[in-house]
Amino acid sequence: MSFIDVTMQLLDGFKVTMLIFFVVLLGALPLGLVITFGSMSKIKPLRWLTRTFVWIIRGTPLMLQIILVFYGPGLIFGAKALPRMTAVLVAFIINYAAYFSEIYRGGIESIPAGQYEAGQVLGMTKRQIFFKVVLFQVIKRIMPAMGNEVITLVKDTSLARVISVVELVKAAQDIVGLRGIIWPIFYIGAFYLLVSGALTLLFNWLEKKMDYYKG
Amino acid sequence: MAVLEVKNIRKSFDGEEVLKGIDFSMEKGEVLAIIGSSGSGKTTLLRCLNFLVSPDQGQLFVNDECIFDAKDVHKLNEKEIREKRLHFGLVFQSFNLFPQYNVLRNVTLAEELQIKDAHKAKKISKEEMKEALAKVTAHGSGLLSQVGLLEKKSAYPCELSGGQQQRVAIARALALNPDILCFDEPTSALDPALTGEVLRVIRGLKSSERTMIVVTHEMEFARRVADKVMFMADGVIEEMGEPEQIFTSPKSEKLKAFLRNAAEGL
Ligand SMILES: Nc1ncnc2c1ncn2[C@@H]1O[C@H](COP(=O)(O)OP(=O)(O)O)[C@@H](O)[C@H]1O
Ligand SMILES: [Mg+2]
Repeated sequence: MSFIDVTMQLLDGFKVTMLIFFVVLLGALPLGLVITFGSMSKIKPLRWLTRTFVWIIRGTPLMLQIILVFYGPGLIFGAKALPRMTAVLVAFIINYAAYFSEIYRGGIESIPAGQYEAGQVLGMTKRQIFFKVVLFQVIKRIMPAMGNEVITLVKDTSLARVISVVELVKAAQDIVGLRGIIWPIFYIGAFYLLVSGALTLLFNWLEKKMDYYKG
Repeated sequence: MAVLEVKNIRKSFDGEEVLKGIDFSMEKGEVLAIIGSSGSGKTTLLRCLNFLVSPDQGQLFVNDECIFDAKDVHKLNEKEIREKRLHFGLVFQSFNLFPQYNVLRNVTLAEELQIKDAHKAKKISKEEMKEALAKVTAHGSGLLSQVGLLEKKSAYPCELSGGQQQRVAIARALALNPDILCFDEPTSALDPALTGEVLRVIRGLKSSERTMIVVTHEMEFARRVADKVMFMADGVIEEMGEPEQIFTSPKSEKLKAFLRNAAEGL
């Protein structure tokens, strides 16, 4: 098989991988913030419930969660199964939102109380203090951890194959098995390296941008 | 007419009474220095005035208007607290500047947000907002030159010395023009070499229009700048009076011991 043929065959897998990556980021980044607010809520039962949920999500394999989201509704409630791709996206978004929420929480809790108090005595509202004083400082502090998580996501997308969603690794493996050639594996390996390398550069650049002040 | 009246303020933390009935009043333009050993409740008192701590008992009056009454059945909501606390400004021991904003923006941020809020609440038109915002920068620059830091207006807090940071914090606290400006040990976090510049700025603010409360361990400053000195011990005002009286003829044993220790640099 020629390079062009393999590339054409991998194209669909490539699209699926990138789709999972971007949609999960788009969904999990804001959902994570919602979970953070839950886990930092003054309402004790809500806080307790949210933290237990996060603990379960982070304490079990993502692969298991994908299987559960896909087969669970049908086998437990007799409901119609979600489309495979939807199940993958739902499981990934919840899983990554849980991880993001803990990073956000760590960042928020690391901001000294004096920052809030300075805003308060200047008559700012809670919203203004969060968005105008605290948020940027939090973003700066969590950037390295977020970079790690996002790069992990690129590689985690290959878990989608557990419910037969043909992403890049599965697409390559099919070629390897069928044609008896190994190099497509190196080909997609290079692709993952390229993407995570680009993301590393992007995050380094962002961290540099925010490094105009210390603290 | 008293600009500030504090009546029987009490506050407990975890069953421990930290303020045991504080009463005093201030005239406009007065400078009050609060001295006392650590743990005597000085910070808690300033935090009560700034609504960072809610007293268990007592009342606060500013210009004869009751702004806080612990007996009030109607609990103040966030908006009311925000309006009332603006009678006061607070300069913290640890500056608490906003690190991501430059010096000028640290000073102007709150005023700018207020103007934008007023527009959102339809209290002022878009044109009025623009006009007001244009003035904010000039106002902030004026305050910065007042504390001698205009040339640093584009610097970030991390690029300044502690003394300069505290002077920015003072300009920031002045921006909303509070009736009473409070300082909580403004020089305690500074190298001894840098306390002078901050104390000079505070002294320079003294005017018939500006009422100030300064918690301090700088006895010379209290003596020379303050109109009245309050000595706090274990949550009560142990003694209060003119600086001369407090420093040269203290009555209470606790104050005498405190001044002896201070003189020995303890
Ligand atoms: N938020 C709080 N929770 C519990 N105890 C507090 C709190 N704030 C102050 N205290 C206690 O109140 C006492 C007085 O503290 P503070 O007002 O800071 O004194 P000072 O400023 O004179 O050193 C101290 O014993 C301190 O531990
Ligand atoms: Mg104190």
